[in-house]
Amino acid sequence: MENLGGLFNPSSPQLETMAGLTYYMIGVAVIILAIIVIAVTIIIIRFRKKPGDDVEPYQEFGSLKLEVVWTIIPLGIVAVLFLLTCNTMRAVSPPAGDKEADLVVIGHQWWWELRYPKYGIITANEVHLPVGKNLLVRLESIDVIHDFWVPELARKMDLVPGHPNYMWLIASEPGVYLGACAEFCGDQHANMRIRIIAQEEDEFNEWVKQQQVIPSTPTSGQAAEGAQLFQDMACMNCHTIFGTPAAARVGPNLTHLSDRQTIGAGVLTNTPENLTKWLTNPQKYKPGAYMPNMKLSNSEVKSIVAYLEALK
Amino acid sequence: MSSRFPLVPENAESLPTLNESEGMLSWVASIDHKQIGIMYLICTAVFFFIGGIEALLMRVQLAQPENHFLSPEVYNQMFTMHGTTMIFLVAMPFLIGAGVYLVPLMIGARDMAFPRLNALSFWLFLFGGILVYYSFLTQSGASDVGWFAYSPLSEKPFSLNKGPTYWALGLLAAGIGSIASGLNNIITIFTLRTPGMTLRRVPLFVWMILVTSFLIIIAMPIIGSAFAMMLIDRLLGAAFFTPAHGGSAILWQHFFWGFGHPEVYILVLPAFGIISEVIPVFSRKPIYGYAFVAGSTVAIGLLSFGVWAHHMFAVGLGNVANAFFALVSMLIAVPTGIKIFNWVATMWGGKIHFATPMLFATAFIIEFVIGGLTGVAIASAPLDWTVTDSYFIVAHFHYTIFGGTVFAIFAGIYYWFPKITGRMMSETLGKWHFWLTIVGFNMTFFIQHFLGVMGMPRRTYTYHDLPYWGSMNLLSTIGAFILAISVIVFILNVIVSLRKGNVAGDNPWNAWTLEWATSSPPPVHNFDLVPPVRGRRPLWDLAHPDMPDEPNAKIV
Repeated sequence: MENLGGLFNPSSPQLETMAGLTYYMIGVAVIILAIIVIAVTIIIIRFRKKPGDDVEPYQEFGSLKLEVVWTIIPLGIVAVLFLLTCNTMRAVSPPAGDKEADLVVIGHQWWWELRYPKYGIITANEVHLPVGKNLLVRLESIDVIHDFWVPELARKMDLVPGHPNYMWLIASEPGVYLGACAEFCGDQHANMRIRIIAQEEDEFNEWVKQQQVIPSTPTSGQAAEGAQLFQDMACMNCHTIFGTPAAARVGPNLTHLSDRQTIGAGVLTNTPENLTKWLTNPQKYKPGAYMPNMKLSNSEVKSIVAYLEALK
Repeated sequence: MSSRFPLVPENAESLPTLNESEGMLSWVASIDHKQIGIMYLICTAVFFFIGGIEALLMRVQLAQPENHFLSPEVYNQMFTMHGTTMIFLVAMPFLIGAGVYLVPLMIGARDMAFPRLNALSFWLFLFGGILVYYSFLTQSGASDVGWFAYSPLSEKPFSLNKGPTYWALGLLAAGIGSIASGLNNIITIFTLRTPGMTLRRVPLFVWMILVTSFLIIIAMPIIGSAFAMMLIDRLLGAAFFTPAHGGSAILWQHFFWGFGHPEVYILVLPAFGIISEVIPVFSRKPIYGYAFVAGSTVAIGLLSFGVWAHHMFAVGLGNVANAFFALVSMLIAVPTGIKIFNWVATMWGGKIHFATPMLFATAFIIEFVIGGLTGVAIASAPLDWTVTDSYFIVAHFHYTIFGGTVFAIFAGIYYWFPKITGRMMSETLGKWHFWLTIVGFNMTFFIQHFLGVMGMPRRTYTYHDLPYWGSMNLLSTIGAFILAISVIVFILNVIVSLRKGNVAGDNPWNAWTLEWATSSPPPVHNFDLVPPVRGRRPLWDLAHPDMPDEPNAKIV
């Protein structure tokens, strides 16, 4: 069976709890639906008007006893479901208290800025996390409301401008978990995707070390030309690359772009060929995104790709 | 037949009405509740058609992953306008229109309490709707920020196009019309009932319209003021909803859902009313537990003002607030369940004639229960955290609004069409329409529950080719086209029946409420004679003087 994702593949303790509640709810719902469907089926079979039978049936106006029964029983069911709801809510989303966040997610139209304050890492769209560790995530937005949703791992939580939210994020098994923005946020809401890359502790530490390196700017060849173009063209007006004067926060931080799996928040796989296509005309792959078509010549694109690939 | 009625004098003053022979003018200038009601029904049918086309365009775009049929801008306009149209320009005005047509007839009145206000309501709705659609002619097209128009996305600088401005203005105008018709209904029901028709005897449809009207006059001003604030933000540069300038993004959501959730009941209570009229007549039994059906409506009306934040479980209001709104939302299931059980009990032991209205009413029970049960599930905040803003929600509310309201509307149209036009609708085409609707509707929406649980977010113009997503979406799209065919069959049925339908007579269904005591279509003044009302089913009492519903009732 292929992985269907979402509630079909709960991959964190939180989601397992939520899936448990879901199965309980489905059970109750199926029983109630079955009662109604069976009753209606019996009615359709038994109480159909027979041709020629014009005598009115017995006129019955109601029964207080039955009304009490079908008020009290649903009230009881609601009481049980409410208690389950409260328990699950407490288990899945305990208050953060005054703990410091392990990860800060900042929503932008239409990509995710990711900051690990404890490690000084700034990246985008791909969250790396150590397996089995419950991370406290702080959610903010720079523009409109977004929503952080990784269906197999965690609850949804909105990224509201001016109102930071907190949630917990944990993965039980290593792997890549896909997610997306779940609150409509404009033209490219569909292409605001998240990747969670859950790694064993040592792999994660390796990644952290790698991210903390400030790459040296290439000094020769095509990559050097690209580095120069990056500063001369408008690139640096929006992007940051550590170790260079480029320090803007409008677009994603590109310091370690070559380590990421995708470009444009999940629009294209990150290969030099796709990066070339993307730089030639980002609007073709993500129409409406804020990165304009810079009308770069082929050689300019090649140089910039070489530069970005050389940043390690 | 009317000669059998004991003579009771006409109880309302006559009003000036234009002669029908004056053609279009007699409609445009009409203050007759029946003509206004019919105009509501025709206009909502046109908007239903437009909203349906928008839905089909969306489904074509989603038929396969990474499709390029619509650009994101156009797709976003389509889902914004589809939602806006179906809620504000179809379901709500249709039910208001049905109320305007039927309430005076059901309570034995000559017209609404304020006939001119009634006309104003209609024209405000129509021109409001036209204003909303006029935005398609602006350079950047119609509003593309969703029917919920969350701030700050709907505000400057994130939305510089004119669409949302037209949207808010048009809906503000239509909303004022709705408030006026809410007031008009309340006053009509309270003051113009024929002698003998106490509030314990009015047809349940009238009860539901009464409660709905209270919801309208309380809920619509909330959204009306929010529209005004949004317009002030957009046009005059204020910052009610822009956090960057000291406003609050969440405030809009409180206003919007403070209106939006009562609105759900504004859409479904009159539908309950239609079902409560259709089921007894075709089961040949009185409604089971009249007082409980009416009383549970009042309970739903009251509870509906304490549930709005269940649309905001993911906003981060905190567990205490979430628990409160989860509880109240779940509690609504209790009065709703009471209704379902009473309808089933009404059918139980009856001699049921499964004509098209009854087919839709029976299917309504099942489809609506599915939508209601998923509703209880997502009232549970932690469950909502996994499925909210996914296709599960799209499936859920289409089961309530289409499987509920629209199924009831179809039941109502087949039921009252003979009264309104004097002709019966075709049963053959009706059955085709019914079965195509059942297949198309369930095929379109049932699978979306699973898409949502698997992680497909709503309001996305495209999606990755994840396992099964393409084939499930394709199935949904095929269902949508079957549904479109069913609507064509329905339109065909209306056209054919208007010309060639069997003549209906006063009371083709052998029903019991007062609208069936007059001719079909009713004369301008509604009743020559209003039959005496000594119970909930005046025409039953007339036909069965030996066993009236209330044997000891006095003649008033």
